[in-house]
Parts: sequence; C-alpha cells; structure tokens
Amino acid sequence: MSLLPYLVAGWLLLIGCFGVVRSRGLVHTVVCVAVAQSGTYVLLLSIGFQYGASAPVQGAPGPVVDPVMQALTLTDIVVSATVTALLLALVIQIAKRTGTVDPDQLDELRG
Amino acid sequence: MTRSARWIVFWLGAGGVGTLIVLALLRMPSFGGLVHPYRDLAVPAAVGRSSPNIVSSINFDQRALDTLGEETILLGSVVGAATLLRPSKDEQELLDRDEGRVLEATKLLGYLLLPVTLIVGADVVFHGHLTPGGGFQGGVVLATAVHLLYVAGSYRLLRRLRPKSWYQVAEAVAAGAFVVLGLVGLLLTGAFLANVFPHGVLGDLFSAGTVFFLNAAVGAEVTSGVVVLLSAFLAQALSVREVS
Repeated sequence: MSLLPYLVAGWLLLIGCFGVVRSRGLVHTVVCVAVAQSGTYVLLLSIGFQYGASAPVQGAPGPVVDPVMQALTLTDIVVSATVTALLLALVIQIAKRTGTVDPDQLDELRG
Repeated sequence: MTRSARWIVFWLGAGGVGTLIVLALLRMPSFGGLVHPYRDLAVPAAVGRSSPNIVSSINFDQRALDTLGEETILLGSVVGAATLLRPSKDEQELLDRDEGRVLEATKLLGYLLLPVTLIVGADVVFHGHLTPGGGFQGGVVLATAVHLLYVAGSYRLLRRLRPKSWYQVAEAVAAGAFVVLGLVGLLLTGAFLANVFPHGVLGDLFSAGTVFFLNAAVGAEVTSGVVVLLSAFLAQALSVREVS
C-alpha cells in the first residue's frame, strides 16, 4: 500500500497555509491559497486512480479510472480559478485604496 | 496579532491538522486499488445515455445540478470582479497613443494561431460528450483565442474587435440557458435538469441528449466570463488612469 500521493495532497494543503501565514504581499497570499487548493486536486485524483486503468472515455482498453473523481476535480479547478480572479480584483482595490499590499500594514479598520 | 503569535497559532493548527490527515490517510483504501464503486455505477449510466466521455456525462447529466451551482459560482465571481474593477469617480479610461512594438515573428504566429485556436476551442466544446473536453475547457481555449488579438496585435485592436457588452450579455444568456434547459426537464419529466432529449446513436455529434446543449451553454458562458474578467484586468493595467 502506498500512501505517498495522499501525503503529497496533505503536504500541499499545509504548505499553502504556511505560505499564507508567511506572506508579505497579497498577490503572494492569493497564489498560496491556490496552492493549498491544489492539494484537493491531488487527493481527488489519487482516490480515483487505479493501476493499469485508462482514461474514462468509452472505447478505452481495459478498466478506466474513476470518472466521478475526475468530474469533481474539474469542478474544483473551475471554482479555484474564479475565486483566484475575484481575490486578485480585491487586491487591486486594496492596493488603490491603501497604497500597500502588505497584510501586516493592513491592520486597522477603515470606515 | 504580532508575527510571532501568528506563527504559534499556525504551528499548533498545522500540527493538529497534519496529525489528523495522517491518521485519516492510514485508513484510506489503498492507492491505485481495484475498488471504485462510483465508477462501477457511473460508467454504465453514461454509456446507456450515449455519452462516451464519461466525465461529461457525470458533469452535465448525472450531476448536472452541481454543475449549475459551479457555473453560478463562476457567474458570481465574474460579476464581483467586474464590479470591483469598474473605473471609480476619479478614474478615467485613457488609451496610450504609443503601445510599443510587437515582434514580427510574434505577429505572424499570433495571427496564424488565432483561427486555429478558435476551431480547436469550438471542437473541444462541441465534442465534449464524445472526446475528452467540454464546455469549461473549450471555453477557456476560445477566450484565449480572442486574446491572441492583444498578444499579436494591439490593445486598441482587441478593444475594437471585442465589444465587451456583447460578452456581458452572452454571459447572462448562457447562464440563463442552463436553467431553462433544466426547467424543460422539470416540465417534461418532473426532474430538474433531467436528460429529456433523444439520446441518439453512441458516437454521433447530436447524441447524449441535453449533455450536448448544456456543454454549448457552459462553453459560451466560460468564454464570455473569461473575456469579461480579462478585459477588466487589462483595462486596470493598460487604460484606467486616475484623473485629479
């Protein structure tokens, strides 16, 4: 039994969070959130994987890997991309309003 | 919170989450194993409805309601980003007269690839139920094709040939079309997003019932969504300037 793909997924999640905490710029923070989310792609795909199986298209030889996990991964990627776009738009607004993208300098509330 | 306090909180949390992840993984079914109950149910269901690309059948037929939620997230974030990036009161759109130089080789390649990319994008969308691909993937390819105008040509050219309002309308219409197709299913069979159209012959272009039409709707929505998003970001970088 091999745990490595699952451990990679967990490691990606934690290293993404590590990056968010360490981040000195909001664009870096957004990229780290995307890294953390990519852990879920690895987890989903490794759950659906089967040794020797081919892509889930009819006509493929032999058994196929789990298509439900691939569909979930597709959903995941779409959501991640759109959320990244929305967060980057927020970063542009923050940079315009406050003149900084360093989260440590954004500690006071503004009305 | 100071930086050091933040690190203490992070390491405590990460330690806990990491331990739980490892404990959970130890009980997982083994990687690459033979047991895939969802696959054993999804594959016959997809083939029974003439959709050789099983992932598309799952996304647009068996789990179509989830895809409606997914494309609503897409619509919501496009609306949100476009709203956030609108030029404010003290900003105006000004186009630079001088846009720099594009290498001849880039121009040639860009204009050669533009029609090719459009055709590949359309192919990926419309054969989404037959071969790997679908509305989401093809939509991104189509939006990339539009932006080759910017890479190979100029920002002015892109703005002239890509009327933003058309794409905003197309975005809304495509998102609405998905719901309308769902309602057709509801009226005809009593189940929202049911696959009501004839399933056709396995492998034909017009087969797999609603999967084909939902793919086309999602393709249109993703194309226009990405175009609207990128147009807002490009305007922020290239033309929106503060005027005092």
